[in-house]
Amino acid sequence: MGLFSIANCRIAGASACVPVNVVNNADYEYLAPSEREMLIKTTGVAHRRVADATTTSADLALQSAQHLMQSMQWNASDIDLLVLVTQTGDYLMPATSRLLQHRLGCPKHCITLDVNSGCSGFVDGLAVASALVSSACFKKALLLTAEIPSRYASPTDKSTFPLFGDAAAAVALTSDKDAAPLFFNLQTDGSAYEAIMIPDGGMRSPVHPVDSFRLNTFAPGIERNRLQLALDGIKVFNFSLREVAPNIRDLFSFAGKELTDADHYVFHQANMLIIDSVRKKLGLEKELFPISIDRYGNTSSASIPLTMVSELSHELSSKKQQLLFSGFGVGLAWGSCLAETSHIFVPELLEV
Amino acid sequence: MNIQEFIQKVEHEFDQINPGSLTPESKIRDYFEWDSINALVFIALVNVEYDVEINADDLQQSETVTDLYQIIENRKNSVA
Repeated sequence: MGLFSIANCRIAGASACVPVNVVNNADYEYLAPSEREMLIKTTGVAHRRVADATTTSADLALQSAQHLMQSMQWNASDIDLLVLVTQTGDYLMPATSRLLQHRLGCPKHCITLDVNSGCSGFVDGLAVASALVSSACFKKALLLTAEIPSRYASPTDKSTFPLFGDAAAAVALTSDKDAAPLFFNLQTDGSAYEAIMIPDGGMRSPVHPVDSFRLNTFAPGIERNRLQLALDGIKVFNFSLREVAPNIRDLFSFAGKELTDADHYVFHQANMLIIDSVRKKLGLEKELFPISIDRYGNTSSASIPLTMVSELSHELSSKKQQLLFSGFGVGLAWGSCLAETSHIFVPELLEV
Repeated sequence: MNIQEFIQKVEHEFDQINPGSLTPESKIRDYFEWDSINALVFIALVNVEYDVEINADDLQQSETVTDLYQIIENRKNSVA
């Protein structure tokens, strides 16, 4: 069972950072104006942020981490653990969290780990980081997520290009024996791995000088090469509608709580139609679901903490909150977490 | 559930269909193409309203409103 709880770990702060460059999907000239309008209405993505060509995931993660540490008055020399969730690391190897240890100025005894996970990545990373904090009694740990999906989407693929935005986020974790337990429900179905993937560039199918770069047409408006993101929209959509609601119901019952007990349900900002449909299946009110996808797009593993920072900063910093996090997608993998926060540090969204 | 109710829900969901214009015999492609967005909106509607999963093949192979309705009814019954 993917159901478990982790004690002694407290979420103490959250920050997020987005590139300053705004892209408006109403200007996406590859589509006819009526089609753009329909796309924005259905997916919810009106604007998104895109990093310039020289900015990497480590750059965004660094900014977000420093922004949070400054607001909490944390010193890099006290950080025991850095977990970075990313699918757009700076290099194939080494792991990007290793570089961040140095760039942040963390000590050599700081443990660094990359988690290769996307849409469910924030929940996956929180499980890994909180488990280590809890068992090793780390005083100060950072969970970072950083994604630059704009760089692997084909400009001539309407099923991916207008959806994704770039962003990074940082969450501060501390060991605290009085912390309310974090409840998790993590699940995987690797049989559907082809539903969201970049086919070439790994060891199964290394970069081929010609074939990898050839533009293939899959349907009208869906043209990409094998080094770019392929997304089977209907398959992923049906998977989300099938799996996410039961996963969340199971989590609440495992935690001994009612489905309606959370103050906010912070979903991975996949697209508006998915969020709304799963919400209706759960029978929950719209107001309980903070939304940031209209301004930032789908930012993969960064979307949940980004939404916390952009939509809930007042609630998070001024009172106790019962939060439900739910991420679902690439893998296929999906997971949810029920967390209690109280007066956490949430510095203003950083634009870089 | 009945087909009239299904038609009303579809007409309500899709702005491009005038209310009262769909019949059980209507050919779906006379009203719109199954491009990716229309397909997702329809799949979401059926999933939320009837708890039935529709895939890309179902949409391709259905010609009329009745064809679609039949798929939903069959799956609904096989689950129940």
